[in-house]
Amino acid sequence: MGYASKSPWVIHYDGSSCNGCDIEVLATLCPGFDAERFGVINTGNPKHADIFLVTGSVNERNIDVVKEIYDQMVEPKVVIACGICACTGGIFHDCYNVIGGVDKAIPVDVYAPGCAVRPEAIIDAVVQGIGILEEKAEALKASKRGA
Amino acid sequence: MGKSTIIPFGPQHPVLPEPLHLDLVVEDERVIQAVPQIGFVHRGLEKLVETRDYNQFIYVAERICGICALGHSLGYAETVEGLMGIEVPKRAEYLRVIWHELSRVHSHILWLGLAADAFGFESLFMHCWRLRERVLDVFEKTTGGRVIFSVIKVGGVERDITQFQSHVILDALAGIKDEYNQLCKAFLNDTSVQTRLVDVGYLSYEDAIDYSVVGPFARASNVNYDVRMLGKGGYKYLDSFDPILDGQGDCYARAKVRALEVIQSIEIIEELLSKLPEGDISVSVKGSPADGAEYCNVLEQPRGECYYYARGNGTKYLERMRMRTPTSQNLAGMTAALAGCDLADVNMIVLTIDPCISCTER
Repeated sequence: MGYASKSPWVIHYDGSSCNGCDIEVLATLCPGFDAERFGVINTGNPKHADIFLVTGSVNERNIDVVKEIYDQMVEPKVVIACGICACTGGIFHDCYNVIGGVDKAIPVDVYAPGCAVRPEAIIDAVVQGIGILEEKAEALKASKRGA
Repeated sequence: MGKSTIIPFGPQHPVLPEPLHLDLVVEDERVIQAVPQIGFVHRGLEKLVETRDYNQFIYVAERICGICALGHSLGYAETVEGLMGIEVPKRAEYLRVIWHELSRVHSHILWLGLAADAFGFESLFMHCWRLRERVLDVFEKTTGGRVIFSVIKVGGVERDITQFQSHVILDALAGIKDEYNQLCKAFLNDTSVQTRLVDVGYLSYEDAIDYSVVGPFARASNVNYDVRMLGKGGYKYLDSFDPILDGQGDCYARAKVRALEVIQSIEIIEELLSKLPEGDISVSVKGSPADGAEYCNVLEQPRGECYYYARGNGTKYLERMRMRTPTSQNLAGMTAALAGCDLADVNMIVLTIDPCISCTER
C-alpha cells in the first residue's frame, strides 16, 4: 500500500473485555499516540464507520450486538480484533460464559494481539486495515462494473 | 404530561467505552425511571479458581478490570495472605500502596477526561488524557506494563523500586502536579462546566446511606467512609489520612471529590517514597490454605470499597473466591439519582458514578 485514499472512521465495541484494551483503543486516538492527526475518528454510529474495532471475546449475551453492529456497517468494512481475548478468548478461553474470539461471530480481517493490546499494535492493525479496505473497495467497484 | 415511553440507552453508546444497557422510562423529556440491564461482560471468572491454583489466579484477578487491575491483584493477594497467615515485608507494603495510589491517579484523570467528553468539552478531555499518558509512563518505567502490571504476588511484590526509580517517580509527579493544578482550575472554576454539573443528579445523604453507595459517589454526598482511613496494609504508615468529603451530592461534587483525590494520592505517594524502608520485597509462600479457612478483606479501589472473600479446602485450589465490586453497589444509587432528571443529563449522571462494568459482571 503506497498511500491511503481516505482517513478511516472507526467504531469501537467492548465485547467482554476487561476494559484494558478499550482504554488502550481510546488512548490510541488521544494525545500521546494521536491517531486522530491522520483523521482516524471514533464514531458512535455504525453507518459512519469503516473499521470495526472489537475488544474482548463474545458470549451469548453480546454476540447479537456484535453481529448487529457489523450488519449495520456499510460495505466496504474491515473488522479488527484488538487484544488476545478478541483474537482467541485469551486467559478466559475456558470460562463457561465465553464462546471464543470475535471470529466466532463475524469475519475478522486483522488480529492485533497483546494483553492489553499496545497502542502501537492497534495503529499497526489499523494501517493494515486501511490496505484491506482499499482492496475491498476495488473489488466492490469491479463487481458493480461487471454487473 | 404525555404518556410514558421507553428509550433504550446502550449497550453500544459513545459516552461509555463499556456495554451498559438502560431502559429509560421517559415522560416528555423527563426520566421517570431507569432500569439497568447487565450481563454483557459476564465471563464467569470466579469459577476459574477451580482450575487455577492460588498463585496462578492472581493473573486472572488482575484481569477482572483493566483500569483498577493493580487494585484487584492487591485485594486478592491480601485475601490469600490473610487466609494463610502470611506476614508481608514492610517494604512490599509500601511499594504496593505506592503503585495502588498511582493507579488511582491514572484512573481519576481518565474519569475526568471521560466526564469532560460527556459534557462536550473536547479539549479538556484531550488534555486529561495527555496528562494520563505521563502517569502511564511512570508505570512503564517501574513495572514494565501500561495496563496490566503483574507486579503483585502472594507474599509480596515482584519488582523493587530502586533509588533512581524513586527519583524518576518524584520528578514525574512534580511535573504532573503542576499541569494537573491547571486542569483542576478548568474543572472547578469554569462556568461552562458548572452549568452542566451543578444540581444535576442529586443524591441526598440519607439516600446514599440507604442505597449503601461507596467511594467518591458516597463521599460527594457527605458519607464519611473511605477504607484507607482504617489503616490496612501500607496505609498504616501514613502520618494522617482524612477522606475528602463534599456535601452537595450533585455531579459537580462528584467531579470535585475525584479531582481533589488525585492531589491527595500524589501526596500519599510522595510521603511513602520519602520514608521507604530497606528490606526484602517478598517472602516465599509454601503450603496451601487450610480446609474450611475463611477470610474477608476490603480495599479502597478508585471507584470505592471492594470486598473480597475466599475459602480454602486444603489444596492449592481455593474453594470459593468472591468479590463485591464498587459499581455493583453504586448501580442502585445511580437509578435513584437518575429518577427525575432530564434526558440530556442521563449520560452525565451515569458517568459520574464512574461505572466499571467489567468489574461488576466479571
